[in-house]
Amino acid sequence: MNRLLLHPATKPLLIAAAFGPFAWLLWGALTDSLGPNPAEALMRGTGDWVLRMLCLTLAVTPLRDWTGWSALARFRRLLGVASFGYGVTHFLCYAWLDMSLDPAAIVKDIPKRPFILVGTLALLLMAPLAATSFNRAIRTLGAARWKKLHRLVYPVALLALLHFFWMRAAKNNFAEWSVYAAVLAVLLGWRLLQAWRRGRRSPTRAVPAVRAATA
Amino acid sequence: MPPPTDRGFDHATPSEITPRTAYEGRRDWMKRLAGGALGVGLAGWAGRQALAQAAPRGAALPGARSAVPGALTMDKATSREDATTYNNYYEFGTDKSDPARTAHTLKTRPWTVAVEGAVKKPRSIGIDELMKLGAMEDRVYRLRCVEGWSMVIPWVGFSLSELIRQVEPTGNAKYVEFVTQADAKTMPGLGSRVLDWPYVEALRIDEAMHPLAMLVFGMYGEVLPNQNGAPLRLVVPWKYGFKSGKSIVAIRFVEQQPATSWTKAGPQEYGFYSNVNPRVDHPRWSQATERRIGEPGGVFAKKRPTLMFNGYEPQVGQLYAGMDLARNF
Repeated sequence: MNRLLLHPATKPLLIAAAFGPFAWLLWGALTDSLGPNPAEALMRGTGDWVLRMLCLTLAVTPLRDWTGWSALARFRRLLGVASFGYGVTHFLCYAWLDMSLDPAAIVKDIPKRPFILVGTLALLLMAPLAATSFNRAIRTLGAARWKKLHRLVYPVALLALLHFFWMRAAKNNFAEWSVYAAVLAVLLGWRLLQAWRRGRRSPTRAVPAVRAATA
Repeated sequence: MPPPTDRGFDHATPSEITPRTAYEGRRDWMKRLAGGALGVGLAGWAGRQALAQAAPRGAALPGARSAVPGALTMDKATSREDATTYNNYYEFGTDKSDPARTAHTLKTRPWTVAVEGAVKKPRSIGIDELMKLGAMEDRVYRLRCVEGWSMVIPWVGFSLSELIRQVEPTGNAKYVEFVTQADAKTMPGLGSRVLDWPYVEALRIDEAMHPLAMLVFGMYGEVLPNQNGAPLRLVVPWKYGFKSGKSIVAIRFVEQQPATSWTKAGPQEYGFYSNVNPRVDHPRWSQATERRIGEPGGVFAKKRPTLMFNGYEPQVGQLYAGMDLARNF
């Protein structure tokens, strides 16, 4: 499996797959085949894909651990950038279709509506992660600092989830939301468990081990 | 009035017009092609069931051109396909594409409506008798949903006031309550706890007596499709759409202001009056503009400004004279 994942074609294939939903929605918009309310379909469709891409991004590390397919790690940054791409598209759909690209109206609207504020915040937190997603950024920042910065993805996922919760609260309809919440609970819960396990190891043993590893 | 079709450009001869079956077949083929390329499951997921089918044609329900002032808007009517596939009817599911797929289970015969409460002549009326209580009229109303979209729909029915006069309300009849169908066997949405069932709406008696408040039995010249509230519904064009209850089973005349479903579910968001008002925003979105369904340009179409009382201010404005509409939203 690892050898299959390391095949040079996998990355271009994944990039193409990540573009798939975007192409599908764009095609729908251009041919006016997104149903009676195409603007709503676009805004919801792009929003759905932010959540899905975030789930996929956050699934990479646990999957690698559970399956031993270490080569999965190559796809993590790519999926993260795709999440950001859908996030930007989602925001642009809102700004353009709902706000007619009127900056004054957008600035007035965002703080007025908590769920839009939360969504915007999530997108802003994603921006530095997308901006430091290339190899040189890791070298410049140093791996440890880069890793610390990229832990921002956890609050981003939680904010995105809250954004979707507030949006769905209008219809008291949380069926779809609970699926995302459950997936993220497993993915983030696993990380908490790992951190707790690491913390339980006595520091006298852990610290020399780390020193030995970095030496 | 339809735009003139006999000038401006050369018309195709009938032989040049693509037959409906051919172009529908082509669209179907394209959808299937796209579906195959992405994986059928993914296509449905990405496109969010944009492919709901329009309601099958119903029995003809002719009406005479209405003489009620304001009853015939000049706006271009929404396509029947959009109006029958994009519906909020939570008893059949909360997604707007759900009712078109699931409402076929609704049984509209036999159907009786209990007209009761503070009236001199309470009665239980069968739907076919009720349809003969007034002369059927064609009216074209704007419909503004509280969610920020709008349609223009040709309804068939008559003024609610015609029914009200015949049951003779007493002096205690200050409000009229509309109770709608809630049958768990035929309505899959009742399983969800979105709202308290049955769905209940209400009007002040003077609102209910306004000639524009309409009992509706048909649309587009045919009996109502199930997803649009068959066999009879209310249409109050100057209020947000949710005030117009579907598939009504009881009309009650009461003294106290009834607790209506959406006001119970979100009192800060949905008031009893819920008159269309571009100056009073919903807590989570602006009501200043609206997206007209089916507007040419699709996703690129500009939103329209929302009009006070949905454009029916000249007819209904006096009902609310002196009222603070921001407080009584």
